[in-house]
Amino acid sequence: MSSEITVEHRAVVIPGQVLAQGMDYLPGEETYREGEQIRSKVLGLANVNGRVMKVTPLSGPYIPKVDDVIIAQVSDILMSGWRVQTGTPYSAMLNVRDATQRFVRKGEDLSRILEIGDYVVGKITNVTSQNLIDITMKEPGLFKINSGRVIQVAPQKVPRMIGKRGSMIGLIKRYTGCKMVVGQNGTILIDGNAEREELAQKAIRMIEEFAHQSGLTERIEDFLKSVVGEVPETAAPSGDRRPRDNRSRGSDDSSKPSKPFVQRNADTPTENTDKAVDEKGSEEKK
Amino acid sequence: MIVNNKAIPSLAKKDMRLDGRGMLEYRGPISVETGITVTAEGSSRVQIGDTIVIAGVKMSLEKPYPDTPEEGGIMINAELTPMSSSQYESGPPRMKAIEISRVVDRTIREAKAIDFKKLCVKKNELAWFVSVDVVSINDAGNVFDAASLAVLAALNNASLRDFDPETFAVDYKSTTKKKLPLTKAPIAVTVYKVGGKFLVDPTTEEENSYEARLTVGSDAKQIISALQKGGSEPITIDDVSAMVDIALEKASFLRKAYQKK
Repeated sequence: MSSEITVEHRAVVIPGQVLAQGMDYLPGEETYREGEQIRSKVLGLANVNGRVMKVTPLSGPYIPKVDDVIIAQVSDILMSGWRVQTGTPYSAMLNVRDATQRFVRKGEDLSRILEIGDYVVGKITNVTSQNLIDITMKEPGLFKINSGRVIQVAPQKVPRMIGKRGSMIGLIKRYTGCKMVVGQNGTILIDGNAEREELAQKAIRMIEEFAHQSGLTERIEDFLKSVVGEVPETAAPSGDRRPRDNRSRGSDDSSKPSKPFVQRNADTPTENTDKAVDEKGSEEKK
Repeated sequence: MIVNNKAIPSLAKKDMRLDGRGMLEYRGPISVETGITVTAEGSSRVQIGDTIVIAGVKMSLEKPYPDTPEEGGIMINAELTPMSSSQYESGPPRMKAIEISRVVDRTIREAKAIDFKKLCVKKNELAWFVSVDVVSINDAGNVFDAASLAVLAALNNASLRDFDPETFAVDYKSTTKKKLPLTKAPIAVTVYKVGGKFLVDPTTEEENSYEARLTVGSDAKQIISALQKGGSEPITIDDVSAMVDIALEKASFLRKAYQKK
């Protein structure tokens, strides 16, 4: 029997729907093989990637992956670490030695370092087969959140929030001047001037609402422009505008020709967080 | 659930809120609809921002209490349904639902808003007893004020049923022009203390990051009928007078929405 793909790329598929026939194709994320056929596990968009069939789910909780940068909330203090909520149904652990650089004595009050209810930007270091998660804060760009606001969006919409090579988040940062971190679990930190924080939040809600539409970046730019006016390209943290390769930029960028090296701003901490976040985003967005 | 319980007090200190509202600003739209069901004697649906609450009035003929042989009675019950918030579960009412029903009950009862004597049908034997149920449809914060407004609107909407003069069996299919004798319009307003400042109409996030709150029930003549203090922090006597002033002003603001409908 010859192999063939039975769905179109980006088509909506339902659980159990046959995506491909034959052994020439491989089941990827959210799919399974049944005999000769590859079927979808979830309601989502079919993704044909060479010989691998994948499905991008339309909704659902965050599924933890190693090296994801996420924003988590401390929910319990344990003997040698903290239990944190990550938006997954599973339990996540932050160990003392992954939380702080300084030496922590035995029996020290851990709530001095992180209290219940605190938010942290962390990175997943390990996910077991039972979906137990380990988190670290000991890398550049990972920190305890002390100011700003945290909001939640559907984790499936995170790639949209970041945009092609960070274009969307870069746009919001540029117009609002806020520091932002988008966690892969859909939790977003916005930190800046209170009114601008609110504007950034509105923009994010807009992205969430119109996530499936095209020309979104232009739309968000128009919205932001109508509120704060024109903002020159170099006026904001430009960490996400760093050229990473020689591929031409998408239409998401403004008409300005791309420079080979964009001038960096002084605020290095944001740069690092950007890197961790938008690398992931651009990867997901392809 | 995301709660920015650090950002909220620090913004409040600067007289700011997460959603950009003023400290004493209600969310819009505030709407009061009445007569939303045909089976209830009176009903209402109140919306404050994204918070939606419905209330229904049912009445029955019962024997009056021995200490008030010529009076009817009222009973208010609140239910916070699991569909309205992830914080609620099904089952018997929990603390928040009990508190809401009791505070709303006290606001109406102690204002003497209903002329219970007019509810008496036969001394020592029969009087109308009013039962009001409040159900949260969506809790986006401030169910307290919404429930109070909904109960008042439902009571105002209620009319009595016909009954058989001999057997005293109530005909629940009938309608009469006789309205429930509601003489006043008491409304409860809850003022929250966050970061040392006062605010009204909290969102769910703000309801999870306050220091103290004071619910003030007052009628159109600004006569206070109920007070309820909540939260872990104490409040000073100056706080109380400031909070009461805010509550009286906001009650008249909400009363406009109630009278407009």
